[in-house]
Amino acid sequence: MAHVSSLLFSPVANNISKKLILSNAAPAISSNLIQRCYLSSAGSHNYDIIIAGGGLVGTAMACALGCSKILSEKKILLLEGAPPKPITLKDTYSNRVSAINNSSVGLFQDIQVWDDIKGHRVQEVRKMQIWDASSPSLITFSDEDLSKPVAYIIENDLMQWALTKRLGDIPNSSVRYSSKIKDYVLPKSSSSDVPLVILENDEKLTCNLLIGADGVNSKVRSKMVTSVQRTDYNQMGVVATLSISDSTNNIVAWQRFLPDGVIALLPLSESTSSLVWSTSVEKAKSLVNLPEESFVDAVNDALLKEYPSNPFVESLLKNLNLAASVDCQIPPSIKDVQPNSRAAFPLGSTSVSRYVNSCVALIGDAAHRVHPLAGQGVNIGFGDVDCLAHQLENAVYQGYQLGRGHHLKIYQSERLKNTLPKMKAIHYLHSLYQSSFTPIVALRSVGLSLVHSMPFVKKELIKRANL
Amino acid sequence: MSVSTIVSSVAKSRSAFLCQSVRPFTTVQNGHKSSQTSVDPSTVSHHSKLAENWWDDSGFLKALQSMNSLRVPLVRDGLFQTGAACSDRKNTPRPLEGLNIVDVGCGGGLLSEPLARLGASVTGIDASAELIEIAQQHAQLDPSLQNRLTYIHTLAETHACEAEAKYDAVVSSEVIEHVKDKHFFIEQCTKLLKPRGSLFITTLNRTTLSWLGGVVMAEYVARLVPQGTHQWELFIQPSELQIMLEKYGCFTKLLHGMCYNPLTDEWHWSQNVSINYAIHAVKTD
Repeated sequence: MAHVSSLLFSPVANNISKKLILSNAAPAISSNLIQRCYLSSAGSHNYDIIIAGGGLVGTAMACALGCSKILSEKKILLLEGAPPKPITLKDTYSNRVSAINNSSVGLFQDIQVWDDIKGHRVQEVRKMQIWDASSPSLITFSDEDLSKPVAYIIENDLMQWALTKRLGDIPNSSVRYSSKIKDYVLPKSSSSDVPLVILENDEKLTCNLLIGADGVNSKVRSKMVTSVQRTDYNQMGVVATLSISDSTNNIVAWQRFLPDGVIALLPLSESTSSLVWSTSVEKAKSLVNLPEESFVDAVNDALLKEYPSNPFVESLLKNLNLAASVDCQIPPSIKDVQPNSRAAFPLGSTSVSRYVNSCVALIGDAAHRVHPLAGQGVNIGFGDVDCLAHQLENAVYQGYQLGRGHHLKIYQSERLKNTLPKMKAIHYLHSLYQSSFTPIVALRSVGLSLVHSMPFVKKELIKRANL
Repeated sequence: MSVSTIVSSVAKSRSAFLCQSVRPFTTVQNGHKSSQTSVDPSTVSHHSKLAENWWDDSGFLKALQSMNSLRVPLVRDGLFQTGAACSDRKNTPRPLEGLNIVDVGCGGGLLSEPLARLGASVTGIDASAELIEIAQQHAQLDPSLQNRLTYIHTLAETHACEAEAKYDAVVSSEVIEHVKDKHFFIEQCTKLLKPRGSLFITTLNRTTLSWLGGVVMAEYVARLVPQGTHQWELFIQPSELQIMLEKYGCFTKLLHGMCYNPLTDEWHWSQNVSINYAIHAVKTD
C-alpha cells in the first residue's frame, strides 16, 4: 500500500481534450502567435525546438522553454493539428477537470500562469477521503488543521486558456494551428542530422530538438525505437458536472472504491462538484444514457449505499484496533446533473521503455498514460515539462547544442525513476480494488487503515505524490 | 594476451619511465634552447590517428566529451569569480560574451565549441593539422559558431609570440600530461594571458592510482582509450604544477579533483585529486 499516496483523484481525459483546441480569446495576440517563423539559409523553416501537440502539456512545455532566460535566443515552434478555437469561459463548469497537485502549481507559478488561473476559478481541496465500499477501512489526506490545500480542482479549458494566452506574450515562441503532420524523419544516433517534420502540405520544417507532446497515440513515438506497453482496463470513465444539495463548505475530494470501479467527487464550487466514475464499459454506456433523475440516483447510490461488509475483514480490523468508521465522513448528496455534461471515455494505460532518442524527447501521455484513479496523469506530464526544461537549460548553459549531449538521458532517467513506481502503484491499486476475494479485501483494508493511522507515512506519501 | 601479461608489460614500461622521469625538468634548468618545443612529434601523430573518431559520441573519446559537464562550468563560473565575465550575464544565453579565450591543444574542438556557444571568442590551436581540419569541419555543423570560433594549426610558442597578452583566459585541457617540457609550455600559456587573466588546466596526477586508473584500466583493461595514449611518467602532480605556475606569475585560485564513472559515463567533482584534477590559476598584474 506504499503508494496510496498518489491518490490525488482524477485528471479527466487530457488526451481526449487534446482534440479540443483552444486559442487565446484576445485576437491581437492570436494573430501574432499564429505565423511567426524563421527562414534558414537552406530555405526550409528551421527552429531550435519544435513541440508536436498543443494540448495542456505541450503548451506548458512551450511556455516553460519560452520563459527561460537561458533559452531566450532559441526559436520555439508549437505545432497543433486542430484549428484555433477561441475559448469562452462560461458560467457553467466544464466537465473536463483535473486535480492539480502542488508541484504543478509550482510550475504554473514559474511560467506565470497561476495568477490568471487562480483569478478565474479554482477550487482548493483541503482534505481527501478515500474509502472502500466492501470494508470499513479508510484513509484521509489533509494538512493538520485543513489550512493548506492538498490539491486544486481546475477545469482543463481554463488551464489551456491561460497557457495559450501566456504563450502569446513570449517573443521567441510561435504556434501553428491546423498543422497536420505527414511524417517525421528522425536522425540516427551519433549522426549529425537533425529531425525533419513534413507537414500535410509537404512543407518541411527542421529543428535541433523535437519534443513529442502528441498524446497517447503519439506519432513522434511511433518513429522512435522504443517498446510500447499497453494495458486496456476494459473500463470507461464517466464524467459529469453535478449540483450538490447541502451547499456548505465544499472542500473535500471524495473517492470510493466500489466492487466494479472507482467513483470520485471533486469540489468545483460551494454548490458544484465534478464526477469521475470509472466502471465497466457496459455500465458506463448505460450511465451516460440514463434519464437525468435516474443518473443522479445512481451516483448517490454509488457514493452512499451501504454495501454488505465482509464480516471477516470487519472483525479483523476491529481486533487490530484499526476500525476507522468514526473518522468516516459522509459525502454530500447529489441534487442535479448539469444538462449535457455527461460523457464517457475509454481507460487504458500506456508505458514506453524510452523517452528520448538523439534529438527527440517525449513528454506527457506520449510517454506514459495512467488510470485516472490516482489523478496523476496530467501532473506527471507537468513534471516532465519542468524536468525537461531544466535539463535543456543546463545543457545550453554548458555550451551543448540542443538535442545533443547527455542531458536528454538525464531527463529520461529522472522521469522514469519518478513515473514508473507511480504507474506500477496505480496499476496494482487498480487490481487490488477490483477484487472482492476475502484475503485481498483484508489485505487492502488493513493496509489502508494502517497507513491512515500513521501520520508520518501519510506525509511521506503526499510528498511523493507531489514530486 | 591475458590481462595479467598486459599488466606486467605495462608495469615494466612504467618502471622504465620512472628511471627517466626527472628528465623534463632538467632541460629547463639548462635554460631555453632555440630548439625547445612544447610538443612531441610522436604524440601529435598518435592523436592525429584518432581524428576520425574525435566527435563520435560512442567512441573512445566519450569520457572526454562528457568531461565537458565539469570543465565548461569550471571555465564559465571561474570567469564569473574573477570578474572577467560580468555578473549581469549570469543565466543568460551568452555568459562569456566579449571574452577572448584560447584553447591550447584543442584537438577536434570538443571544448572550444561549447565555450564559443557561451558567447566567447574562441581560438583553438593544435599542433596536428589533421585535428584542426576535423575541428573546422565539425564547427560548420553549427551555424551559431560562425565568427566566434577560429582554429589555427600552430604551436603554443608561435602563437604566444603573435598573440601575447591577448586572452582573458587560456584553457588547456588534458594536454599537459602529453608535454615533455612543461615549464616551457606553461611559460607560453601564461604569455598568452592578459594581466588578471585566468588559466584553466585539467590533467592527470602522477600517482600509483592514476597509473592504475588512467593507464592500465583505461588503455589496457576497459580500453576506453587506445594503448599508448598516455605516458605515465609525463603526468604531473598538482603541487609541481602549482610551483611551475607561480614561477610564471600565476597563482592557484582553485584546485579540484575530478572523478569519472565509466559505467554511467558521468563526471563528478571530488576532493580527491589522485587521478584527474583541474586547476584555475590567475595571472598577477
